[in-house]
Amino acid sequence: MLLITCPWCGPRDETEYHYGGQAHVPYPQNPAELSDAEWAEYVFYRDNPKGPFAERWVHSTGCRRWFNVLRDTATYEVLASYRPDEPRPGGNR
Amino acid sequence: MTAEPLPEHPDFLWRNPEPRTSYDVVIVGAGGHGLATAYYLAKNHGITKVAVLEKGWLAGGNMARNTTIIRSNYLWDESAAIYEHALKLWEGLPAELDYDFLFSQRGVLNLAHTLQDVREGVRRVNANRLNGVDAEWLEPDEVAEVCPILNVSPRTRYPVLGGTFQPRAGIAKHDHVAWALARRADELGVDLIQGCEVTGFLKDGDRVVGVETSRGRILTGRVGLAAAGHSGVLARLAGFRLPVQSHPLQALVSELHEPVHPTVVMSNHVHVYVSQAHKGELVMGAGVDAYNGYGQRGSFHVIERQMAAAVELFPVFARAHVLRTWGGIVDVTPDASPIVGSTPVENLYVNCGWGTGGFKATPAAGWTFAHTIATGEPHPLNAPFALDRFTTGALIDEHGAAAVAH
Ligand SMILES: Cc1cc2nc3c(=O)[nH]c(=O)nc-3n(C[C@H](O)[C@H](O)[C@H](O)COP(=O)(O)OP(=O)(O)OC[C@H]3O[C@@H](n4cnc5c(N)ncnc54)[C@H](O)[C@@H]3O)c2cc1C
Ligand SMILES: [Zn+2]
Repeated sequence: MLLITCPWCGPRDETEYHYGGQAHVPYPQNPAELSDAEWAEYVFYRDNPKGPFAERWVHSTGCRRWFNVLRDTATYEVLASYRPDEPRPGGNR
Repeated sequence: MTAEPLPEHPDFLWRNPEPRTSYDVVIVGAGGHGLATAYYLAKNHGITKVAVLEKGWLAGGNMARNTTIIRSNYLWDESAAIYEHALKLWEGLPAELDYDFLFSQRGVLNLAHTLQDVREGVRRVNANRLNGVDAEWLEPDEVAEVCPILNVSPRTRYPVLGGTFQPRAGIAKHDHVAWALARRADELGVDLIQGCEVTGFLKDGDRVVGVETSRGRILTGRVGLAAAGHSGVLARLAGFRLPVQSHPLQALVSELHEPVHPTVVMSNHVHVYVSQAHKGELVMGAGVDAYNGYGQRGSFHVIERQMAAAVELFPVFARAHVLRTWGGIVDVTPDASPIVGSTPVENLYVNCGWGTGGFKATPAAGWTFAHTIATGEPHPLNAPFALDRFTTGALIDEHGAAAVAH
């Protein structure tokens, strides 16, 4: 089981949280100008790295707030957790 | 019913050749899908200068880790067509490959525990019948006739309100399936190369012309990816993205028991599925871990929940012991349907996204993927499963519809 640190509540078992997939996927700036292929990218395509991955979790049975976690998908090591308004630790990607 | 002895293996299964410098076709991944593709490339299309490259050992990935459930009771026409083609091939394969891999058509029950489950199940039975797939709706007393050890009392937390039943569905010995396909592919001239990881792709402009491997560079006209959970990693190496996410999925077995469990039982609502292996182990699985992961293990709370569900459905299992748990990595698409076809890289084809349920599709995946690689065109059965459906919006949304994962 993963031990994940909520930025507001501290470390808790994985079972207190729900997973929200890749973090830092911004809504398109000019939606009306997007091609079908660009919409497909935004809606359906997410990174799937074997290694560090910035992802969203929600503390569903705690404070119910969303936050981001940097986690290694190969080792499952939680490298960092941070508030949604904070940048990805160590720069983007 | 008595436990069936496992068949003896033939002495000689396949050669272990050194990789050659070039092939007509390179398949990445010697799981069931890669092996079936190589077999049908040779058998159906006469293409035998083929290498199947495997980073680990032959069929040591999801092929060796799945719970071997085979069925074709999918909701949508496109899915029913490809999975039913697979089931028909399964019915002939032991004879065709001359290898008894214990394909056992003991049926699959998909239980309903809520009014919505009931409606969904009845709808799927009707859809299946329209597609020529055998399916029946069973009331609780009929469910109990098919599987007497199942608790159909109305006094459980989630009572069994009925179930769908596909009599032609079943299980097979997965390792033996792989070895059967490997032996025939090898006999037809295919090189099966283990311990050979693909680490990059050689391209001429937008066209693939070879692969970099841990055992050197191999030139080839066409490449077929059949790497299941690692398809996303390979696509990235080849310079494109796939709409897949890799998740750990685990399963477990008990110690051996007398034959007590005559069919396969799956429950979407309480999320467990159980069958009894030929030797006597109870084989159980549940859902994927929610997070992305490449570790071949899963979370303990998933096991706890599935065991709670299993014991409620099968009180007779209360004192069974878990002997072994393991995990695999499955690649899940946004519409829970596979991707089989061309990619943005010319002559590079992909077979992926089978998620938690690709074992049952093995022969059809190989059949259609071989067709696509040999002709450069989709087979009618895999045409709807093209990558461009995510752009056109022609999704085949089997989430929930397919009667639980697997
Ligand atoms: C626990 C579990 C239970 C399941 N239960 C069922 C079930 O009951 N019914 C069902 O239909 N399906 C089930 N599945 C799903 C099924 O196992 C998969 O969909 C199917 O096996 C995928 O195709 P494959 O057999 O070719 O994949 P795999 O056997 O995983 O083959 C892919 C191969 O590619 C190799 N590879 C990866 N990267 C590289 C590289 N760079 N170079 C060389 N080789 C590489 C891997 O080592 C692997 O051997 C289950 C899966 C799991 C994990
Ligand atoms: Zn919190």
